[in-house]
Amino acid sequence: MAKETAKAQPQSYPSSGWRKFWADYSESPLAVVALLVFGAILFIAIFAPFVSPTNPYDLATVDIMNSRLAPGSEDFAGNVYLLGTDGAGRDMLSSIFYGLRVSLGVGAFSGLIALIVGAILGLSAAYFGGRYETFVMRVVDIQLSFPSILMALVILAIFGKGVEKTIIALILVQWAYYARAARASALVEKNKEYVEAAKCLALGDRRIILNHITPNCMAPLIVVGTLQTAHAISLEATLSFLGLGLPITEPSLGLLIGNGFEFMYTGDYWISIFPGIALLITIVSINLVGDQLRDMFNPRLQR
Amino acid sequence: MAPILDVRNLQTHFFTKGGVLKAVDGVSFEIGAGEIVGLVGESGSGKSITGFSILGLVDAPGRIVGGEILFKGKDLKTLPVAEMQKMRGSSIAMIFQDPMMTLNPVLRIETQMIEAIQTHDSSVSKDEARQRSRDALGLVGISSPEERMRAYPHQFSGGMRQRVSIAIAMLNRPDLIIADEPTTALDVTIQGQVIHEMQKLCKKTKTALLWITHDLAVVAGISSRICVMYAGRIVEQGPNEALIGSPMHPYTNGLLGSVPSQNRRGEPLQQIEGIVPSLLDLPPGCAFENRCSHAVDACSQSAPDEMVMADQRILRCFNRVGQDQT
Amino acid sequence: MTAFILRRSLQSVLVLFIMSLIVFAGVNLIGDPVDMLINPEADQAEIDRVIKDLGLDRPVTEQYWFFLVNAFQGDLGKSFVFGEPALKLIVQRMPATFELALFSLSIAVVFGIPLGVYAGLKPESKVSKTIMAGSILGFSMPTFWVGIILIMFFSVNLGWLPSTGRGDVATVFGITSSVFTLDGLSHIFLPAFNLALFKLSSVIRLARAGTREIILQDYIKFARAKGLSERRVINVHLLKNILIPIVTIIGLEFGSLIAFSTVTETVFAWPGMGKLIIEAIYNLDRPIIVAYLMIIVLIFVTLNLIVDITYSLLDPRVRIKGES
Repeated sequence: MAKETAKAQPQSYPSSGWRKFWADYSESPLAVVALLVFGAILFIAIFAPFVSPTNPYDLATVDIMNSRLAPGSEDFAGNVYLLGTDGAGRDMLSSIFYGLRVSLGVGAFSGLIALIVGAILGLSAAYFGGRYETFVMRVVDIQLSFPSILMALVILAIFGKGVEKTIIALILVQWAYYARAARASALVEKNKEYVEAAKCLALGDRRIILNHITPNCMAPLIVVGTLQTAHAISLEATLSFLGLGLPITEPSLGLLIGNGFEFMYTGDYWISIFPGIALLITIVSINLVGDQLRDMFNPRLQR
Repeated sequence: MAPILDVRNLQTHFFTKGGVLKAVDGVSFEIGAGEIVGLVGESGSGKSITGFSILGLVDAPGRIVGGEILFKGKDLKTLPVAEMQKMRGSSIAMIFQDPMMTLNPVLRIETQMIEAIQTHDSSVSKDEARQRSRDALGLVGISSPEERMRAYPHQFSGGMRQRVSIAIAMLNRPDLIIADEPTTALDVTIQGQVIHEMQKLCKKTKTALLWITHDLAVVAGISSRICVMYAGRIVEQGPNEALIGSPMHPYTNGLLGSVPSQNRRGEPLQQIEGIVPSLLDLPPGCAFENRCSHAVDACSQSAPDEMVMADQRILRCFNRVGQDQT
Repeated sequence: MTAFILRRSLQSVLVLFIMSLIVFAGVNLIGDPVDMLINPEADQAEIDRVIKDLGLDRPVTEQYWFFLVNAFQGDLGKSFVFGEPALKLIVQRMPATFELALFSLSIAVVFGIPLGVYAGLKPESKVSKTIMAGSILGFSMPTFWVGIILIMFFSVNLGWLPSTGRGDVATVFGITSSVFTLDGLSHIFLPAFNLALFKLSSVIRLARAGTREIILQDYIKFARAKGLSERRVINVHLLKNILIPIVTIIGLEFGSLIAFSTVTETVFAWPGMGKLIIEAIYNLDRPIIVAYLMIIVLIFVTLNLIVDITYSLLDPRVRIKGES
């Protein structure tokens, strides 16, 4: 009769474990591409000193005579600058590689700490309940009702600029998201029967939380983690662009973009745009991965 | 008299990631004008999907893939969307199972009733529609319908909401009402009331009724014919008394046997052993074979076709009850 | 209903108090108040005089009391850079920021909701997939970068639209705004679009998620079973249900638009509050920072209150207590 629209799934669609995870994840080819791209970026960031053509912060190799060369041009010594040079003569490609390192490092580090802090607070709030929970969640609610950029600005305004302060600001901004996600899933788990069973066995509270509840809450936390990391990277870039974030000795992509902003009006667009594209690719790929993960773990989408 | 609804070999399949799910696989039955027919089956038997298929409300990834649905002679399956929309709510109406979820929580009752009228007859004024809705509510036993109409669904109790659903179904004087487990979600005390009232209403307005349920006892009292469904097929159908008095299919027998009142005191309750096979992976033979106490060799080899028996009864079985061929 | 409003108002006031405490603590206890509130270029005699004036030699609780009293009367200190009352400076710039934020919000909502609902109704269509891909892009791109790109294309390369400043203003119905003049529109368009892009993405995603959930609900099926046209099902049944979460988000989005305007105003040199605060943080103009924080908190708390009230107006389940 009519054309069958059945997806070409063989009878052997995996039903659990890592294979199922991969089968579900790769339903979106876009997400797979994103994962590969992100992998490449991660590689570059970690091994920047090795894969980068020059070290842009080694003053011995940087020559002001090379400043503002267009992409693809050669200098007097015969070096080709694929993406051009900036106002001080530094190779853009190398600057971007090192910048990726800083951006990813700061973003991931602050994200990780925020995750740990937020998860501990959220899980304990859900588990112990009562006034403690109300208090913690109130703080979370109030903090989440203010946009992150505002919170970051406030913190930097009070404490001043610098690497540690920026990281602290990022952590303080993010922990609430993790706390909320952790609490929500912990609440669901807490009411499930296996927790009652564990309690009946008189297992200690800490053991119940660590061994039983936490593993089941990991999935939503990972989703929040990926999306928040992208958010943190974006936020740090914004702060650095505004001149309020990382100092010039540890330039992140945001700072590079900020430095290159003025050159745009005179047509030397590459000093700003290429770091921007690198930033964009990083954030988009992380978001795509996080999005697919979220769709996979969402029970309401009736898969 | 020609039947008002004539379903022939209906097939509705769901095309999922894990394979093709044959929810309805060859269902045929008729409903005469003003007749009450019961469609009985357990969860997953495909009875609700049958109801949705008639109205063309099957959600993706499901689709009607075969058969005919003749309503007053016209095949509903072939109707263009606009025409089908005209039939729904006016010629054929439906009542759903869970009254909590069927009414839109943010719209007033009167809005939801007036729109049901005006969508089929735009010449009706709002006041007229309001008046008709008031009358309909009164008909189903809702006191002071004037004020009640202005309320929101969450202000009603479950039983009242279901009455509202019934009233909405009756608004445009349909020829056929499909009721999908209309009393399942209600308290037992209310159940009896609603069943009784629906029967009265249908008799009064000569509306045909297809009552879909998992509880044989519910339709035993009001229907004239009963169809028993299992794993996507009707395994037995026939007039009420005959089917209940002398069931032919082992499944029907099992259903009747598991009604507690049938038991002698002190004896363990009868139950049908085993569980329904997955609709994704049906056996080549009769779907009931693995649970059937009457099974013979032929049962596992091919699925039985429909056989017309005496007294307008239809059966799908190689070895029916009362005819042991062991 | 009034009890509800009263309760929420009291909670808002409480939040305001707490925030004032935090700001006060931040300024006076963590930082050095002498640094914070006195111009670093003043000489010792001046510093002593100001210390006495500002009561910095008094106990902390007294200082807080003065802080509150002054704040109530609208005195939040004088800007170091401009020498004028901080509050006055901020209030002067508020209209420009509000105008930008409102314009952006309108763009985000007017385009976002229909696009999102469409993507939710036909999730497999090519158009929907493009919309969703676009929304991920809009969501991921940092606001400042979009601004840079926009300037690069439309101002530097094509020269169609100006890249800095606010245009001429005109007054219509007692409201003075730059959207009423052509010059004003040309100036506001890029920054507003920039600001809107981020919000547009989240409105689209929200509308889509909401649509996908709601369309599976029984009451939608029931509406169809009544024979209602698909148009009515979507425009009345679906929309009314989707508006509830969206309105909530929009209210909060407006607040974050104001916050993000700090970035956009800096990129486009738009003379609003946001640009002022960024410069203030850079120049360590503390009174402006303090004043800005207090104003922002006030705005947010008010917004939250309005959103809560609107929500209860829209959802009859909250407004009227049910039976079951």
